[in-house]
Amino acid sequence: MKPYFIALQAIVTREALRFIQQRGRFIAALVRPLVWLFVFAAGFRAALGLSITPPYQTYIQYETYIVPGLCGMIMLFNGMQSSLSLVYDREMGSMRLLLTAPLPRWWLLFCRLLGSTIISIAQVYTFLLIADLYGLRWPTLGYLTVLPALILTGLMLGALGLALSSFIKQLENFAGVMNFVIFPMFFLSSALYPLWKMAESSELLHDICAVNPFTHGVELIRFALHQQINLQSTLWVLLATLCFGALAIWGYDPARGMKRPRG
Amino acid sequence: MSLSVKGLSYAYGAKKALDDVSFDVASGTFCALLGPNGAGKTTLFSILTRLFIAQSGTIEIAGQDLSNKPLSALKQIGVVFQQPTLDLDLTVYRNLKYFAALQGLSGTYAENKIMESLEKMSMMERAGETVRKLNGGHRRRAEIARSLIHDPKVLLFDEPTVGLDAASRSAITKHAHALAEEGYTVLWATHLTDEMSPKDQLVILHQGAILANDKAKNITGDSSLTQTFLELTGAEA
Repeated sequence: MKPYFIALQAIVTREALRFIQQRGRFIAALVRPLVWLFVFAAGFRAALGLSITPPYQTYIQYETYIVPGLCGMIMLFNGMQSSLSLVYDREMGSMRLLLTAPLPRWWLLFCRLLGSTIISIAQVYTFLLIADLYGLRWPTLGYLTVLPALILTGLMLGALGLALSSFIKQLENFAGVMNFVIFPMFFLSSALYPLWKMAESSELLHDICAVNPFTHGVELIRFALHQQINLQSTLWVLLATLCFGALAIWGYDPARGMKRPRG
Repeated sequence: MSLSVKGLSYAYGAKKALDDVSFDVASGTFCALLGPNGAGKTTLFSILTRLFIAQSGTIEIAGQDLSNKPLSALKQIGVVFQQPTLDLDLTVYRNLKYFAALQGLSGTYAENKIMESLEKMSMMERAGETVRKLNGGHRRRAEIARSLIHDPKVLLFDEPTVGLDAASRSAITKHAHALAEEGYTVLWATHLTDEMSPKDQLVILHQGAILANDKAKNITGDSSLTQTFLELTGAEA
């Protein structure tokens, strides 16, 4: 097993180094949810009245409601960003280097996935720290109990990115991912509004939100921040992770080949 | 045989990229795989490195069957891809260390192997430089050094001199020949006829099929290699 862990450590370290070098990416990853929190949420506080809904036991401010959704947003963008860098890596050739290592392909893909998840989690904790300074606090233990939820949601969204990257043949097609994956997943979820609120306007949209794995990722984080487990969401996220993971492994199966080479 | 390819075929949909390709390369041989652009060289390399799986045929690398024992076979190959695969913002040493880890090597053993490989390619003094600062020739040499770290038996070089000036091209070709003399099996894909010597093995690939496979001097006879190559590929075009 030793070679497996040596490779895991190297791949995760490389992902971390790469992220540290790209300071712009780190700032953008933080600015996006902070704008939502300080601008969007402040504006909508008056418009959206939230009644008591689990896990909350009292009336809450809108800012408090959307923080778990914004944690999910960080992870969603990071998962897609990682997918973009995989497509870039493949075009630039370094993906070839990774995939020709004498280790099973599923393990190599898992190492990449874990690397990007760890980076997502670091971003989420930085965001939670800023939210804390702004006065949005959770029970201290909640910051610890949210960790498994972040790992699971990060793996799910990373696996989705990995699966997508195996089907996106060119970097230019990535804009399509933004339009057809990130935005629908984010807006058709419980990140910005509770599902019962959605049901008031459209039953169909409510049903779509209810099956969206991102909704369950957000709910998992929301409950975990309050030291609770949302069992339904946990199972849903686990199932989605397995499906996206299997799709990624199939997408990178050498029998399917990669992009048609020249030469 | 150190590298043995038998009856290899691969198609992208209806278009055949490789058609019943077979050849062997013995240990310590520099084998040039010569073919014009689009001949199927990169597809062949992708199959040899298991990025693709051949639709038919077998490959043995240092006695290990690539389909039955893929991981043992992959351990025996060192690759330099046509596209550069170094991380530009990392130093040469860090790039090599990353690769060593992918091969399961770590600690002092990996460090020694990295230094040994850099020494072999006369790149020791560049170990601490970031790749971005290196010229094209040195980057390629760093990649060749990287391909040697895990003591492979077979070296696969896919047009490694593309985009280099004449002096760097000549230096790298000399280094590759020296590696073959040391006992490595070198498969060198190229479309340039001046990168091989008459005693090298020459496999000419055209439109996915092998047109010739022998010592270069036996294929060319009294003509120049360029002339022979143009005649062979032109006749089939």
